[in-house]
Amino acid sequence: MSSGDVWILGINMTKFGKHTDKDTVDLAAQAAMAALADGGVTMADMGVLAAGCLMGGGGIAQMIQKQIGQTGIPAYNVSNACATGATALRVVYMSIKSGECDFGLAVGVEKLSGVGLLSGGNRKDDGKTWNRFGRYGAVASTDGRIGTDTMPGVFAQVGMEYAHKYGGADFKLFAQISEKNHAHSTLNPLAAYQKRFTLDEIMNDMMIAYPNTRAMCSANCDGGAAAVLVSDAKLKTLSLEQQRRAVKISASVLTSDPYEEACQVLPDVNTLTRSAAAQAYAKAGIGPEDLDLVELHDCFATAELVHYDNLGLCKPGEAADFFKSGATWRDGSTPVNVSGGLESKGHPIAATGIANVWEVCHHLRGEAGDRQIQGAKVGLAHVIGLGSACGIHILEKSGL
Amino acid sequence: MSSTLPFVHQVPKNACVSEQIPFVEYLHLAPTPHLVAHQCTSCGARFFDRRNACASCFGTSFADADIATEGFVRSFTIVSFAAPGIPVPFVSAIIECDGTSVRGNLTNVTADPEHVSLGMKVRLTTYVVGADDAGTEAVNFAFEPVS
Repeated sequence: MSSGDVWILGINMTKFGKHTDKDTVDLAAQAAMAALADGGVTMADMGVLAAGCLMGGGGIAQMIQKQIGQTGIPAYNVSNACATGATALRVVYMSIKSGECDFGLAVGVEKLSGVGLLSGGNRKDDGKTWNRFGRYGAVASTDGRIGTDTMPGVFAQVGMEYAHKYGGADFKLFAQISEKNHAHSTLNPLAAYQKRFTLDEIMNDMMIAYPNTRAMCSANCDGGAAAVLVSDAKLKTLSLEQQRRAVKISASVLTSDPYEEACQVLPDVNTLTRSAAAQAYAKAGIGPEDLDLVELHDCFATAELVHYDNLGLCKPGEAADFFKSGATWRDGSTPVNVSGGLESKGHPIAATGIANVWEVCHHLRGEAGDRQIQGAKVGLAHVIGLGSACGIHILEKSGL
Repeated sequence: MSSTLPFVHQVPKNACVSEQIPFVEYLHLAPTPHLVAHQCTSCGARFFDRRNACASCFGTSFADADIATEGFVRSFTIVSFAAPGIPVPFVSAIIECDGTSVRGNLTNVTADPEHVSLGMKVRLTTYVVGADDAGTEAVNFAFEPVS
């Protein structure tokens, strides 16, 4: 009798960093082929494909098919800001859950090396005479003139708002979070940057948007990630080795931001994460205290702090003390971002929501090498796409 | 050549008489500068842009509401890297104005962490962004510390 669960059968991420000799299709195909091989299946088995490339225009799913196998299956092109990868994964999850197919492939890819500062704002050039444009009837771009649209600035405000509400967090504490993630990255050969920084180096690095210095910002880079999902019923027909390495998706949740008073002036990344976490824990029958590791969306050091609280890893309002206790270092009670996080592993946007699942799977399978969290049985992967979208996946080791 | 019309193409940039327009539609310059939101008549939610229905309660009726011109800094960042043409560093802040959150730059304050603090009291002020080729000045708002 099938449980109706959906499992990750194969998964892969490319090395994150600068890939001057590969385009997005090359990187996506590399990750997809490796995920299929990891699962011991081929494109002939796949019943659905969902893929995303946020900055690369549309049609990435069909371009991947032309690169690795055109079989006529439904192909979904997914775009959901930094939650694009998690959304692609969830589209495949839902297709299998609905009974439409037994196998599916999710892919996320991005090329961002050298892109520079990312902004969500309207950058229309100022004209020779004032003309109103946009939703606020502005005569020129509001970015920089009425607050900031730059990502480091927006997420700086997210962290500073938490600091104002609860106290205990300051520039030094945010820098210490970055210090942790960079230290973790030294054990991850696929990270874009594997350099450990001292606290002084981080605090004295180039200031981007106070309190985020350059080292506290996610690294723009190239990379791809892909996952093959399988139904519980089909998994039972596969080899014992495939069943042993399969990772159960105990919860797959996607939320958007509900109305909150201030959300029109500062995106609310908190409420939708809290809601997604509550739903995920309920579905998985698991609490935050059960998590052996967490990969959360540290697009900036200021963001990591608020998500300790949003994911229920600490008591409400106590994220600063929680961090100061050492809990989120790899030898702590709740290791967070042992991959190095987006600050050092890198953040090729659409790949991120699958790469963080890959990291958790790697540990649950006991295949994480030098950075293995010993005995890891359950983990959580979280992403936020500004606008906003939140994807959470809770993953469990096979009982075999 | 002379014209009785004050605002024609030929008016030089430095003309004494110049029209002023608000930088965004939700800034009203008269009688004194203040922000105006579209307030849902059902639940009171306020929006600076136009909405087809209220994002909070789905009501479809809105009325103009004046926003308090004084408030306090609930969050801020000091931006050192910005779009071309934007002087840096500048302070971007979230201001709570009598229960309504407003986004804006801080002005008349040194843009460093020693001079800007969470909770500091501020008030709305205006400044001229620049003039276009017709001599029309765009006036924007910002917030300055209340001494």
